[in-house]
Parts: sequence; C-alpha cells; structure tokens
Amino acid sequence: MNNKVRKRKYSLRQRTIAKIVIALVLLLIMVVSSLLIGPDRLGVNLDLRNQSPSLDFLFGTDWLGRDMLARTLKGLVLSLGVGVLAAFASTCIALLLSLVAAWSSWTDRLVSWLIDLFLSVPHLVTLILISFTVGGGFKGVVIGLSLTHWPSLTRVLRAELLQIKQAEYIQVSKRLGKTRGWIARHHYLPHLMPQLLIGFTLLFPHAILHEAAVTFLGFGLSAEQPAIGVILSESMNYLTTGMWWLAFFPGLSLVCMVALFDLLGQSVRKMIDPYHAMK
Amino acid sequence: MSEFMFHSNLNNQNNLIKNKLQLKSRGETVLQAREISYRYGTGSWIMEDVNLGVKPGEVVGLTGKSGAGKTTLAKIIAGYLKPNHGRVTIDGYLLQEKNAPHPVQLVWQHPEKVINPRWRMEKTLLEGGTYTDELLQDLEIKKDWLRRWPSELSGGELQRICLARALGASPGYLIADEMTTMLDAITQAQIWHTVLHMVEKKNIGVLAISHDNALLNRVSDRMVDFSMIRDKYETKK
Repeated sequence: MNNKVRKRKYSLRQRTIAKIVIALVLLLIMVVSSLLIGPDRLGVNLDLRNQSPSLDFLFGTDWLGRDMLARTLKGLVLSLGVGVLAAFASTCIALLLSLVAAWSSWTDRLVSWLIDLFLSVPHLVTLILISFTVGGGFKGVVIGLSLTHWPSLTRVLRAELLQIKQAEYIQVSKRLGKTRGWIARHHYLPHLMPQLLIGFTLLFPHAILHEAAVTFLGFGLSAEQPAIGVILSESMNYLTTGMWWLAFFPGLSLVCMVALFDLLGQSVRKMIDPYHAMK
Repeated sequence: MSEFMFHSNLNNQNNLIKNKLQLKSRGETVLQAREISYRYGTGSWIMEDVNLGVKPGEVVGLTGKSGAGKTTLAKIIAGYLKPNHGRVTIDGYLLQEKNAPHPVQLVWQHPEKVINPRWRMEKTLLEGGTYTDELLQDLEIKKDWLRRWPSELSGGELQRICLARALGASPGYLIADEMTTMLDAITQAQIWHTVLHMVEKKNIGVLAISHDNALLNRVSDRMVDFSMIRDKYETKK
C-alpha cells in the first residue's frame, strides 16, 4: 500500500547537516579566495581581451582583459555581505514589529496594516524607490533591502505571538508580577528563536537576488564595484558578440549560492517546524 | 443576604453568613468576592451575585459539579478574568496591582499548561520569586528535578513545582483548583499537609476547589457548595 512513500537513503537531519557543511565550505572558499585575490588580478590587461574559458582563465576574460573568475568571486562576496547585513536588519525589524503587534490590539492593527501595505506593492518597486531616495550605492541597497524584506517574516512571527500570548503560562507569568518586557525577553524570544533562524536563512538568498536585480537595473551598487548585478548588466552589451561566458558563469554561481541557502533554509524549517510542511 | 436562607443547605449558608458577619465586625483582612456575575460573551449567566469570603489562615472548601463554574470563579478571584458585575477585594481594597505578584495565586488544574515547555524547572520555580530548600523538602521536590525539562516530569511532580512557584510569590491567598486530583492518595496527603502547614505558618487563606467532598472535608475549615451560591436567581423564582 505504501509504495508511494519514497524511501530515502539519508534522513532529513543528515541531509540538512550535509547542506550546512557544503554551504559553509563553499562560503569559506569564496571568502578566503576573494581575500587572496589582489588588485593585480582584478586589473585591466588589454593583451588578454575576450578570452573564452580556458585552464588559465576558468571563467574567461572580459573586453578589458579582466579575469572573470576573480571578478565573480569578489562579486559573490560583496553580494554575501549585502545579503547578510540586509537579512539581519530585516529580521530585527520583523522581530521588533511583531513584539509591537503583541503589545495591544491597536498596535496589532497598525502593524497588520503596515504588513498589508508593504505586501501590496511589489518588493522590487519599493526597493528601487527606497534605494534611489537614500542615494544608492552600498548603503542605499542595504537600507532598501532591510526596509522591504520584513513583512512576510513579521506576519509569521505575529501569528506565533498571537498564539503564545493566550497560553496559560503567559497569563500566570503576568499574575506573578512579571512586566511585559520581562515576558517578551524570557517567554516570547526563546519561543520565536527557531522562526527567527529560519526567517534569516530564507531572507538571505532572497535579499541577494534582489540586490543583484536592483544593481542590474542600475539603481543599486555603483558600476566600479564588481557586484554580480553590475557584471551581468555590463555583459549584456557583449552577449550578442558571442561572449556567453561573461554572463553565464557569474549568473550560474549566483543562482547556485542562492539555491543552496534556500534549500538550507527549507530543510532547517522542515526539521524545526514539521507542521509547516503540511500547510 | 437574607435570600440565602431559602436554600435547603442551610447549614453551609449559615456558616458563610456567620463568617461574613464575624469578619465584618472584627475588621480583619479578608479576601472577598462580592456579588460577582459572569458570563462568557453574551451567553447565559454562569453565575450571578456570587458572594464568597476567605479569611487569612482559613481553608475554605468549594465543591460543585463538573462544569458548574468553579474554575471560572477561581479565575475571577485570582484576576485572570474580569467579572461582568461585582468586585474582588482584600480588606475592602480592589486588587489592581501591576508588575507585582498578585496577592491571590491560583494553582491550576493542569500543571503542564501553566509551565513554559522551553524552560528548565529551576527557571519556572524562580519565576515566582525565591524558593527555599525547606519548601522543596516539604513538597518532596528533588534537587535534580530542577535541571530537567517539563516533559521529563510527571503531572504530579509538575504540580508540586507549580505549588512551590505560587508559594514563592508569597501570596496572601491561595486558590487550589483541583490541585491534587491527579495525584495518588499518599502524595495528596503529603501536599495538603505542607499546604496546611504553610497556612498556619504564614497565615495564608486557601480556597480549595474540588468535586472530591471527602478530601475537602478533611482539609477545609468550612465548605461551600457552589451550586448553592450560584443558583440564587433560580431558587428565587
């Protein structure tokens, strides 16, 4: 009868640990190698222009003879930094707003309204607006990403808090004379911790993709920074001349990194919160 | 007050009235629920004009059928619910303290619901304030339980922790809502022995709620039948 249940060779826990290890190793390789890459490897070398991928230049070179592998690595690390910063800030905003929502019924209405407001407009539009208003560049992108990626996580956290707020042990805690701040710190925060972790890991790849998107559109990081978005938008001009490697490898590595962290977040969520899989 | 006289169980009611009169005349500190009426939402009234008083150092037994509203009354007195009418006072003062332990502590029927499952027992104990080794000994709480998670203790063991937590907040009054129903006779006796000891030592007033009349007869100074104080309106018709 149970033919449809697929038997897996490795358990969810093993697979998750494997994903964590792979992600960490790749991260380490990326960060270390980008630290080892000096300015000379990023420099212009007009003798070696438009080289297709070879053993010397794994990702080829561009129209100024710059090594695409070095640029891609630098770009990935830059994206990583933006992603970590923005995801962390977004998670903090989500936590803060969900606690505010738990304060009273009118703050809850206010926060719900804010969530609906931000979710009703496409991410990218608000992101471009905010990033542009703040003045673009690294700062603009990070602020824009942080201010646009909190709503979905806030909604999850708010729902969790609504549930736990009614729990008897919270009521008892209040009658034992505990303040709201104390309850938030000792009851709410440990309860939200798994959701925060999952939220952070899932926000992170999302933020990276949006960073690349907004940079690609020209509203993000400035052109002299070797961001993936910059590389992709510049290479658009050269794709028609057959230099496919300019966009292929940077794009592929970006997708790989994002997919890896997304998978990681999903399986961590499945492990910590198995009921979510049924939703 | 005179409506009470119509009840068949005159003995209990007379006791209650006598007690109240005595309390009034002496001017002692006393926990009083006065003319409490309550209903959930717009449903039918669960209780109307209920009066109940507990003196310090006194154990009052409250009996009644399942679903009669005993726990609801307990929640109202301990400040978990706001009554639609009436008020709960100690020594004539309304209980409105914020950010300080409520002077009436409730020990719940289901201990596993009132303990944070993510905390070790020691933190749960400390939530009430402090605890002394003596109290732990009296309640037969073993020291190594404090390092455990709630899921690693039985209901009875958790209930003892809950009781210790409530007593740690040094309340003036304790409401024991089916506190020992899930325990075996020996443990039940032990716990009540401790509670009665505390009642004497710290002059705590206790409202013991149960449908186990035999137990209440043993531990309480006087008994109140909840259906008698609740159904005033029905009997008046």
